[in-house]
Amino acid sequence: MGWPVVGGGHVADLHIPELVAGLHVAVNQTGPIPLAAEFTCQPGELLALVGPSGSGKTTLLRTIAGLYHPQHGQVSCAGDVWLDAERKHSLSPQRRQVGIVFQDYALFPHLTALENIQLPLRHLPKPLRRERAEQWLAKVRLDGLGKRYPNALSGGQRQRVALARALARDPKVLLLDEPFSAVDQVTRRRLQRELALLRQQIDIPIVLVTHDLEEATALADQICVLHSGISLQQGSPGSLFRQPRTPLVARLLDRHNVFEGEVVSIHGQRRLKWGEWLLEVAGEGLNAIAEGQRVAWYLPPSDIVLHRRGRPSHGERENPVAATVSEMVVLGGITSIVLRVLNGDMLRFDIATHAARRNQLTLGEQVHVSLLAEGIHLMPEHRAHAVPHNKRNLL
Amino acid sequence: MDWSALSVSLRLAGFTCLILIPIAIWLGRSLAYARFRGKGLCEALVALPLVLPPTVLGFYLLLSFSRDAPFGAFWAEMTGSGLNFTFNGILIASLIANLPFAVQPIQRAFEHVPHNLREAAWCSGLSPWQTLLRIELPLVWPGIMSATALTFAHTLGEFGVILMVGGAIDGETRTLAIAIYDRVQAFDEQGAAQMSALLLLVSFITLGLVYGLAGRRRWARG
Repeated sequence: MGWPVVGGGHVADLHIPELVAGLHVAVNQTGPIPLAAEFTCQPGELLALVGPSGSGKTTLLRTIAGLYHPQHGQVSCAGDVWLDAERKHSLSPQRRQVGIVFQDYALFPHLTALENIQLPLRHLPKPLRRERAEQWLAKVRLDGLGKRYPNALSGGQRQRVALARALARDPKVLLLDEPFSAVDQVTRRRLQRELALLRQQIDIPIVLVTHDLEEATALADQICVLHSGISLQQGSPGSLFRQPRTPLVARLLDRHNVFEGEVVSIHGQRRLKWGEWLLEVAGEGLNAIAEGQRVAWYLPPSDIVLHRRGRPSHGERENPVAATVSEMVVLGGITSIVLRVLNGDMLRFDIATHAARRNQLTLGEQVHVSLLAEGIHLMPEHRAHAVPHNKRNLL
Repeated sequence: MDWSALSVSLRLAGFTCLILIPIAIWLGRSLAYARFRGKGLCEALVALPLVLPPTVLGFYLLLSFSRDAPFGAFWAEMTGSGLNFTFNGILIASLIANLPFAVQPIQRAFEHVPHNLREAAWCSGLSPWQTLLRIELPLVWPGIMSATALTFAHTLGEFGVILMVGGAIDGETRTLAIAIYDRVQAFDEQGAAQMSALLLLVSFITLGLVYGLAGRRRWARG
């Protein structure tokens, strides 16, 4: 059984691109943990591996570190090949020079914070080790706590020691396995900010494993979406959230507003037929699809514009759609709104709570919205709805 | 006071610990980390001396030490002397009888070392040997200490197996525990009392020393 990879072909067929400056990972195996993933991370870039638990994120991280050996695959970093399963070549974790922060930090409990950081510095002469470790301690703002044992440190402090230990080795890649999951939210925010600051000082690929989309969006330059060990799509957070490649990616990124439409021709112009509405779509997307074809499409919530009552505006000619308000949830300054369209589909978007009040939105009321043609994203070759709230999950 | 019996007892306990503890570290670590078919069988074999009556264990050892048995014949071939009723014989018997006391505490200790600490050590550039010496052994130190204490104390007190395999040859196989039994048999209550007190004292001091060493761990205090 082959695991198709986005972009066509099988990972095992791929050869390692010569002289990749950053990190390149391609893994393929059918069991015991099915994997078919490929991603790249440039120096100085932060790549977030996101996906539900059991999607193979941590296994991929361990593969990079040399702690897990997949049946097929290649890992290369900074021009060195770390793993080439086909040629039975695999560097030991000791020789890969990775810095890794484990989910529970894995600090050595019998060593002080300073000794923990000194351990990876054993290639240096002794006096230099201590000096270097002290510098790292200061860099993660733990000066003066070097003599403490891990059990006398708070969760946030432990995480910083783990980060300093990982970086002390002068690694070629930094791996972070859910590094913020074991601390409270206030600490988490602070640590995330510190990581963002620290990043400016290091010019190596950083791979972050997280199930927290917000965290990934805030910290990552690139996100790779994983599901059941398969890498579905890699891209910048912005492009992923606007253009998920498949309904499944949209669902994994917690995107709603995935629908199915039919490509039709009206007076020689392509339109997307959705229920009784004929939607305009910006760009050439529709022309590439045969007439009569059914396609999945997605609309970011930011591209749904609520018409103001009695005050028609310019944008209202663009894909106007009538719908009834079926759900309104006030979440502080934001009101989450669900509209029911005639064909039964649900449109979800957020508006400012004061705007909802000013428009006197009430449940069951009929409203009009515009679906911006620029935002409509077609997912050809995918017809299935994969949106749980539609209860038409065909995946 | 039978000083030669005390000397035999201390030598036996000392050598047993010296030889058995490294074996137990290897065996305990393997059993803690490895996953293989028949692991339960191995663990049962290790634990067997714990539940077997010492006379039964002694009887089988006596049989296998005889020059007619493969092991006894092999030993005689290699060293030129037999095993039954010699110090080497009771030492081997003691190693086997103490296997569970040495292996089990160490195995438990290794099982409590989180797996990712080893991985963190590897990723910090430590070789498997360095990881064992600098990370694993310090962490299982209490287990090693309690294994040593148990083995030492149990060897001092071992009676049945030693008697079966070694008899009571002065200066060779008569341990303190056997000497005490001999004195009681000879109605020398005072001699028995002296030696019992001595055995009590030695056991107590040994355990005190060992647990004292095991307790010096600043990092483990919450």
